[in-house]
Amino acid sequence: MPSASALLRAATSDTPPRLRATGLACARGTRVLFRGLDFELGPGQLLWLRGRNGAGKTSLLKLAAGLAEPHEGRIDIDGVPARRAERQDRLVFVAHANALKDDLAAGEALAFLLRIHGRPFDGATLDAALDRLGILSRRDAPVRTLSQGQRRRVALARLAVEQRPTLWLLDEPFDALDTDGLSRVNAVLAGHLYRGGSIMLTSHLDLDTAVLHPIELDLDRASSLAKP
Amino acid sequence: MGSLLVAVYLRDLRLALRRRIEALLPIAFFIVAASLFPLGVGPEPQMLRQIGPGIVWVCALLAAMLSVTGLYAGDHADGSLEQMLLCEYGGLAAATAKAAAHWTVTGLPLVICAPLFGLAFDLPADAIAALVFSLVLGTPMLSLLGSVGAALTLGLRSAGVLLILIVLPLAIPALIFGTGAVAAVDGGQSAQGQFSLLGALLIFTTLTALPATAAALRISVE
Amino acid sequence: MADRIHWFTFAAPSRFYVLSGFLVPWLWAVCAVLTVVGLYVGFFVAPTDATQGEAYRIIFIHVPAAWMSMIIYLAMAGWAALGWAFNVRMAAMLARALAPTGALFTFIALWTGAFWGRPAWGAWWVWDARLTSELILLFLYLGYIALVEAIDDVRRADKAGALVAIVGAVNVPIIYFSVRWWNTLHQGASISMTAAPKMASTMLLAMLLMTLAFWAYAFAVVFVRARAIVLEREAEHDWVQELRRQGPPGRETFA
Repeated sequence: MPSASALLRAATSDTPPRLRATGLACARGTRVLFRGLDFELGPGQLLWLRGRNGAGKTSLLKLAAGLAEPHEGRIDIDGVPARRAERQDRLVFVAHANALKDDLAAGEALAFLLRIHGRPFDGATLDAALDRLGILSRRDAPVRTLSQGQRRRVALARLAVEQRPTLWLLDEPFDALDTDGLSRVNAVLAGHLYRGGSIMLTSHLDLDTAVLHPIELDLDRASSLAKP
Repeated sequence: MGSLLVAVYLRDLRLALRRRIEALLPIAFFIVAASLFPLGVGPEPQMLRQIGPGIVWVCALLAAMLSVTGLYAGDHADGSLEQMLLCEYGGLAAATAKAAAHWTVTGLPLVICAPLFGLAFDLPADAIAALVFSLVLGTPMLSLLGSVGAALTLGLRSAGVLLILIVLPLAIPALIFGTGAVAAVDGGQSAQGQFSLLGALLIFTTLTALPATAAALRISVE
Repeated sequence: MADRIHWFTFAAPSRFYVLSGFLVPWLWAVCAVLTVVGLYVGFFVAPTDATQGEAYRIIFIHVPAAWMSMIIYLAMAGWAALGWAFNVRMAAMLARALAPTGALFTFIALWTGAFWGRPAWGAWWVWDARLTSELILLFLYLGYIALVEAIDDVRRADKAGALVAIVGAVNVPIIYFSVRWWNTLHQGASISMTAAPKMASTMLLAMLLMTLAFWAYAFAVVFVRARAIVLEREAEHDWVQELRRQGPPGRETFA
């Protein structure tokens, strides 16, 4: 009989899971979105969060990023509770909002984000990252002059700078991207998985399963099974 | 944490430079509001000299409060605040950097404008000096207290009025000692006591308001 | 670990609801008795003051109200802090319930202060240290109430309110000290509420009785308000559903 949790085991069981949730419950105000959630995410794995609007996908990402306190249960990154970990070293969180200031140039905005998260970079690295996302030509343009898709590319260019197999938490990364953008982002994600990194993302668009091999976690199913 | 602090501070200054008119609006408010008083109470020099320091202080207080409402709103709206909070001690670093940036962009110009009104209200030179020094100690306090209010009221509909209601009572001691210092100098006495109190208040406010702002940011972003 | 559990069993909203429901009628009764006796002693038994005549008798309401306004603020800040630190819902609900009553007492203190000032010094309002501090305390209450009402998310509102209340509580001594200093600087010590009449023992008795009466009133009103908040917030829980099925026994209404 199905238990009140969705259990996914890490592919290589001797390495500690990158991300692990145990009995996790999330509340929005007084409403409990889901309860009793258990899962693990290991190196080289991509977890695709699914569910209808308001099911708690973004909330789960924020819990993993340590930006919110769990209602019940715990969520750990490399064995350390997400709320207390040195998060900027262990993960990259690209939210639905791009975190780019309108009045900064694209390159400046990207440099700011890299700087505050302690990612070493120089002009060449910055240019290379923007180029991988196909947006180098707009490096000196103010962010407010960029289209939504272009801004998304700049925001995701942070991922192209990452060398280490960290945990990536992405909220609707493919939003507003055209086919070229999609293929570039897929390449970046695939490269990260190949290096042993882990990714947890939400997307209402279908993922390229051939390239990314996502494991699906349906929050609707988890929450309905977990009703008290 | 240090790199985040410097990065946020410089970024805020750069952003203010690119929107110079908006950055100077609080100063414009200060000048207009302070100029209203002679129109309201009459131009008699003796009276203006007496109430002048109070007017300058209150208008500086209101100008600081009006400009601090948007301190976190922009970063919250575009997601930058979340990114800052991801870092260890990110809330504390962001609070310090943004309060310092607010003072640099708003508080410091207010201090520079104050002597103008000292002259406009015909204050003697030593009173003007005392006024400026009291504002040098007082305006950082306003930025710090305002940060707490801005962080608490983040994203709320009537954030501006709420912020003023919450923060003004807390700013009253600074107001009292600041204007008291000028009155003392004007009356021929030393303002050492008041300046010491202001300094102590500033240190106390710095040590308590910054962690409070960091806590308020975590509460508001959750 | 056993001690911890013992403490927190009383924090359950359902237990509070039952306990307070039992206490409220008794509190009203105590309040009524103490008020009648206190006012009698204050208005009829206590002697006429040599300097201020009969008008001074307003202090039997003014001073207890002022004391209550300060005590309630500290209680509110304390409960809010407890609720935030230990994540106890009941403590946060109590803090919310305390605020309007504290604001009311502050308002009463200010009004009665004016009624005292008028016959004594000919002015409806004097900017003396204690009245001005009461006014600032009213602003602190209003700030707290406005903030928690403006935030829709209940948990965020509770925590934000706790922070505001604590910041206020920490600053109250500083504000009071600065206002007192300001007052002595500008007006001298002549106009001051501290120039109260020499306290005959009957006057002290009357003030004590009125303070206790206000305390009983505060408990009663705060409990009633807290019960309403509990029902509203715990509406999803079984015991509340059970109560609704049984029907309202007394004055409770489910809006």
